[in-house]
Amino acid sequence: MISKRIAAVLAGATTVSLVLAACGSNGEDSSPASSGDSVKSLTILDYYNNDPDKSLVQKGLDSCASQLGITIQRETVPGDTLIQKVLQQASSKTLPDVLMLDNPDVQQIAATGALAPLNDMGLSGDGVIQGMVDATSYQGKLYGLAPVTNTIALFYNTQMLQEAGVQPPKTWDELKAAAKKLTKPGRYGIAFNANATYEGSWQFLPAMWTNGGDETDLNTPQVSEALQLWVDLVQSGSASKSVINWTQGDAKDQFVAGKAAMMVNGPWQIPALEKTPNVKWEVVTFPLNKPDQTPVAPLGGEAWTVPLNKDQAKQQKAADFVKCLNSDENELAWAKARFTIPTKTALLDQYVKEVPSMKAFTEQVKTARSRTGKLGEKWPEAAKVIYQAIQLALTGKASAQDAFKQASGG
Amino acid sequence: MAQATITRTTDARGTGPVRRSRGRRHRGEDLTKILFVLPAAVAMVALFGYPVVKNLLMSLQDYGLRTFFTGAAPWVGLKNYSTVVTDNLFSDAMVNTALFTIGSIAFQFVIGLALALFFHRRFPLSGVLRSLLLLPWLLPLIVSSATWRSILEQDSGILNRTLSWLHLINEPVPWLNSPSVALIAVIGVNIWIGIPFNVTLLYSGLAEIPDELYEAGQLDGATGWRAFWFITWPNLRAVASVLLMLGVVYTIKVLDIILGLTGGGPANATQTLATQSYERSFIDFKFGEGAALSNILIAISFLFAIFYLRSTRRAIDE
Repeated sequence: MISKRIAAVLAGATTVSLVLAACGSNGEDSSPASSGDSVKSLTILDYYNNDPDKSLVQKGLDSCASQLGITIQRETVPGDTLIQKVLQQASSKTLPDVLMLDNPDVQQIAATGALAPLNDMGLSGDGVIQGMVDATSYQGKLYGLAPVTNTIALFYNTQMLQEAGVQPPKTWDELKAAAKKLTKPGRYGIAFNANATYEGSWQFLPAMWTNGGDETDLNTPQVSEALQLWVDLVQSGSASKSVINWTQGDAKDQFVAGKAAMMVNGPWQIPALEKTPNVKWEVVTFPLNKPDQTPVAPLGGEAWTVPLNKDQAKQQKAADFVKCLNSDENELAWAKARFTIPTKTALLDQYVKEVPSMKAFTEQVKTARSRTGKLGEKWPEAAKVIYQAIQLALTGKASAQDAFKQASGG
Repeated sequence: MAQATITRTTDARGTGPVRRSRGRRHRGEDLTKILFVLPAAVAMVALFGYPVVKNLLMSLQDYGLRTFFTGAAPWVGLKNYSTVVTDNLFSDAMVNTALFTIGSIAFQFVIGLALALFFHRRFPLSGVLRSLLLLPWLLPLIVSSATWRSILEQDSGILNRTLSWLHLINEPVPWLNSPSVALIAVIGVNIWIGIPFNVTLLYSGLAEIPDELYEAGQLDGATGWRAFWFITWPNLRAVASVLLMLGVVYTIKVLDIILGLTGGGPANATQTLATQSYERSFIDFKFGEGAALSNILIAISFLFAIFYLRSTRRAIDE
């Protein structure tokens, strides 16, 4: 009799522990140790979750997989959830074999010790634009390679500029004058993004860096002059007051709808622009404050990294895979299909010849810098001060001179 | 699986023997009681206890990006709390949270009560209209905030267009673009979202009040306003206090609407404790500081909960 009751207790207890055990072991399927060519498949995580990018990237991944004789299991997540996904996988030790990261995040993740240095596995950043090597290196070691990059420049509506008799601006004064002239009821001269996110800081960098500003010291006249440009454009009514809430996608929507004659934006908007063929546009490099300056724009684009793996053979295979993605062939294929720019300097001239519409962006990339090049993992803090200063200045809560001091809590 | 556990243990217990000496039986009964409680206790500990305790621990640790990879989260005592409390934005966020909560609840409740009273007198199509009123509640919050963002757009938003067409405004109102207006706009949208909840609960509260009371009141001359004050309101008090209590707890932690409309901007004009906690955790990846802020938020909600529990106990004692 008693045994029955004990059995019941035991049954209860074991089921509970089984449930717990099931939870614990979930997703921890450790792959059997393999060596050399026995690596048959790699897992990949990236954030190209929308077409056409999703399938265009898939093509490149597939061709490298067949070159290496492996199969791939790819997972894509929305861009803004990638880091959270990576953190979750890191704590459950289930990071993929090949991981894509936005280039300003590479150093932050490398600093945690999650990534394998690529130099030890036969990869190098030779021939790659210095700005990109800076972004994907941490403490002198290379942790990722980006096959293609992008940046931002000035799009303009050719028809509107022609009607107003305005030439594409080359200097800030010309930009302000052109924007003013192009503004009329129901239409702004220029659209850009000045919202309170890292995207808002990114859009501000061409003006700030070109004018000699530097994120290591934001309390300089060069930086506040750049902010004054944004303030002038908004306060003169040449740009909407809503820029403080707009994303880059919103700026593109305004441009496509004919509500803005110019916009600061990147080449990833080109597929969307091509859907409205009646809007004719061209791109020029971002204007300079003084004619003798060189344009310095920020480098965008994603790097492919290899998370540390106990299975050495698999880690090496993943590195080989990243190397293949960064072959000349794949760089050009991805650049052409996805309106991005190859990161190897030797390929740039050939690329512009084949894709003339990317000329201005390619020009910008040659002299571009990466966001994390100087500050490394401290960049997010500076970026935060930048976007908060922009918000303070554009809402009139601080002057362009005081905004950075106020935003940094001084 | 958990369900299987429950059924299996109860089955076994059901057929279990009862004939036994007194002490033993007592022990057996105790065991049975414990077994009954066990599944619920396990669920409580796993789903409520663990997160709360973890959040408390996290707020006392330097819990950052690195922690996820190395597992190391150095103990820092109350440093996270002092960091978030001495932050420039903390007092602004506190004031905004208070304004947001009080403003939202006051209007939600008053408008909800007015609508509930209105629909309480049956009239043709009242059922249809009342169910249409539920719409804001049925929409996903991300959808409603995106929609309101375009409605409140300064240049081409339909609200400004309509207002200027009616000659009510000369200049477009910078609903989401001005630090002095944005909080009002955000509160307005939250009121819109909260009205259905208030109407539904207050309406069912009204339906509970027996008609005889009004008939009896009529004989004593209590009609209209006096009927509301002496019959409706006292009978509605229990529902109203639950509603206000839930309202505070729901509103104080609102995040998605603010993120969708302004992202805490412009120039931090709509930052609340909840948006700050989110920002510290998921943008700055300083999870310790985010946890500290959310614990402060939980403590405030907890105060209201105690307040509510005490007031209901008093009502029962009466």
